Amino acid sequence: MTIAFTVNGAAQKVDAPESTTLLEVLRNHLGLMGTRYGCGLEQCGCCMVLVDGQTAYACTRELGAVADRAVTTIEGLGTVEAPHPLQQAFLDEQAGQCGYCLSGILISAKALLDRTPNPSRAEVIVALDKHLCRCGAHQRIIRAVERAAATLRDARAT
Amino acid sequence: MNAPTVPIGLPSSLVENPRLDRWIRFQPDRTVRIATGKVEIGQGVVTAIGQIAADELDLPLDKVAVLSGDTTAGPDELYTSSSLSIEVSGSSVRLVCAEVRAKALDRAALRLNCSPGDLTIVDGAFHQNGAPTGQDYWSVAAEIDFTQDVTGTAPVKPASQYKIVGRSTPRRDLPAKVSGAAYVQDYHPADLLHARTLRQPSRGAVLAALDEAAIRRAAKGELQIVREANFVAFVSPVESVAHAAAVAAQQHARWDKVKRIAPEEQEAAWLKGRPSDDRRLGAPEPTAPPKRPVQMTVSRPYVAHASMAPSCALAEYRDGHLTVHSHGQGMHLLRKNIAAAVKMPVDAITAKHLHGAGCYGHNGADDAALDAALIALKLPGKAIRLQWRREEEFGFEPVGPAMLVTLHLDLDDKGRPADWTTEIWSATHVQRPGSNSGFLLATEAFAEPPPELVPNDPTEARGGGGTRNAVPIYDVPAHRILHHLVLRPPVRTSALRGLGALPNVYAIETLLDELAARVGEDPLAYRLSILSEPRGRRLLETVAERANWKARGPAGTGRGLGLAVARYKNRAAYAAVVAEVTVHETVKVDRVWCVADAGLVINPDGARNQLEGGIIQAISWTLKEQVRLGEHGIASLDWDSYPILRFSEVPEISAELVDGAGNPALGVGECSVGPTAAAVGNAVAHALGVRLHDMPLTRERIMAALLKT
Repeated sequence: MTIAFTVNGAAQKVDAPESTTLLEVLRNHLGLMGTRYGCGLEQCGCCMVLVDGQTAYACTRELGAVADRAVTTIEGLGTVEAPHPLQQAFLDEQAGQCGYCLSGILISAKALLDRTPNPSRAEVIVALDKHLCRCGAHQRIIRAVERAAATLRDARAT
Repeated sequence: MNAPTVPIGLPSSLVENPRLDRWIRFQPDRTVRIATGKVEIGQGVVTAIGQIAADELDLPLDKVAVLSGDTTAGPDELYTSSSLSIEVSGSSVRLVCAEVRAKALDRAALRLNCSPGDLTIVDGAFHQNGAPTGQDYWSVAAEIDFTQDVTGTAPVKPASQYKIVGRSTPRRDLPAKVSGAAYVQDYHPADLLHARTLRQPSRGAVLAALDEAAIRRAAKGELQIVREANFVAFVSPVESVAHAAAVAAQQHARWDKVKRIAPEEQEAAWLKGRPSDDRRLGAPEPTAPPKRPVQMTVSRPYVAHASMAPSCALAEYRDGHLTVHSHGQGMHLLRKNIAAAVKMPVDAITAKHLHGAGCYGHNGADDAALDAALIALKLPGKAIRLQWRREEEFGFEPVGPAMLVTLHLDLDDKGRPADWTTEIWSATHVQRPGSNSGFLLATEAFAEPPPELVPNDPTEARGGGGTRNAVPIYDVPAHRILHHLVLRPPVRTSALRGLGALPNVYAIETLLDELAARVGEDPLAYRLSILSEPRGRRLLETVAERANWKARGPAGTGRGLGLAVARYKNRAAYAAVVAEVTVHETVKVDRVWCVADAGLVINPDGARNQLEGGIIQAISWTLKEQVRLGEHGIASLDWDSYPILRFSEVPEISAELVDGAGNPALGVGECSVGPTAAAVGNAVAHALGVRLHDMPLTRERIMAALLKT
């Protein structure tokens, strides 16, 4: 059946069974490759997206459950040419090694900063704790989220 | 065939790939393309190679493109492993660029009727007397014979003239990785079919029955089932259909001759007394019985690479040519291994590297590439995207071998080591495909599987496997190694970041703390009393100062400070680490200080990133990780049963590289893991007042140790 929803602000209609995972829809139907398969079990966070502003595991969220909702993926933040302040902060801090976990982490960081513009370090850690990073870039990632928070605060102040 | 012109002493990569055009090409868009056989695995090698080339050619960094891991156009540099990329590929690129720079200046000087020494290079353009001459690399490149072999005779720049090397440089691969598609997983060419496999549970297992009808019912969509003896794959234009088929297949396959694993085989202690290939290295046996004998044993269990991404590969077979895209660590070797497995000429195969998640050694990457190739050969004209499932990666990647290390010492009358024997039990640390070491996994499922190999381990000349870092950095009058290479471990084992370095450094540095305690000395002072190696001493003194070691305080308070030092492989980078921990039933590492000496550092921030990553990974291994075995194989198949260190558990880290003092570049990717594990172990012992010798340092082990006191 056809399900209508928005992805990164653009209206989409996808003709697929309602039980299709959002991960498969994003990658294989819509060609948005930034949302990643890591475990399929809500254990690693590689597939994190926003659904109506709330973090959601795309590996288990079904297409039927996002009907008429707004999905945000890493591609909705920014591009290589015009990065979102969060993406820029990750580059400024060189916050990553292999980078495979970063799309999901950036999404959770966005959800955090959207609701908590001045997060404490503890709040950053809580927001990211559902994500795994195997390369050990954690401290750089935490610093990058804090840097992005500061950038966004400065932007609002001006 | 050219006469051999390569002098002895060149980096091995240049000996194997002497032609200049294997390494460098001037491109019409006024860039230069450097090719390397080493691949980006998140460690920043492509950026560092670019920095080296830019400096040697006097080019800005953005004029240097780097091609990595391409069998058609790039050099064969074996595997990207063992912290050797900068030492071997980096020094090769430096020599090639120096030679090409000299040749280009010679050609320009001929045209300009001047001496090459009259010319300087500004952003790739040749200047004379401070003014452009109209000549540049690209105007003279056509006159240089790039089919010539490198001679290695052109002088390279002294480090004092580097402008780009030694400066922190942003990773060139990272912008794409924070913005969307960047990995082999994301490459979806036309005519793509998705594939999953059903794995043979163990070597020798026979697929007695497969209920294809039941699998098709579960898959609910267009499905092809590809079978080659005991290798089965499910292929569909719809990824979830292929996935569902593979998941269902496990319930609808009946296997005979599946190997059984006994519960005790999971533990390192099981290794002792097993059939093994035994070697003695180092000093002869002592002639007299020990006067003050000391013995201590540590262990480390089987550990997973646990890459964030299950392995993936893409293969296409068109017009008799097989193209494979893989995130493996060596594309030339992968191509040869696939050629041997599918009985095709090497030239009929192209292997190209695409980014993958960090692998930290030999994981499922190469095996997935053969899986994809096997399917592609059966379905010509289609691009086959083969994705391992999460439980497949945990269940079938080779794991880091369990190790048991016993140190037998005799002490002198001052409580210092007088005679030292390191006895090691471990399965092999390298079963990488090819070179009589291991196989691509799916070949074991063929009707005629390759013969079982007698396991071997990397030679000491290559840094050793189980014996890696077994030789203490300290002044020990007589040291020897007894190495028991255990022949038949319960699971496939292979290279994991650092090989035997972590257990061996853990053993040495744990023992040193115990020896210091015996004579009532501070662990730092004790170490310095038997360490004359100046670079190691400097690091110990520096890290102790950073961590305010002198304010360490008494043992048994629940808070602990521990330290350790090692030189990776006894020949790569040095690292000294202090760890601060708090122990309340479980261990929390609060703070880590690391000071490393890697000689010349190409990209300081990139090197620090590697140190930090090694520290966190080593803490994770030391505190949390153990591969669990069940009756038929690995039973820890997800992140709940194989937990790793999380954001809420990582320490504050300060990682620092000391001035290289004119020393050559040393690989830095693995140097922090051994000292970190040992520093954590020593800090836990300081916090508790009682020592744990078996990793991981879990709550159960801590409680058991406390109960004993």
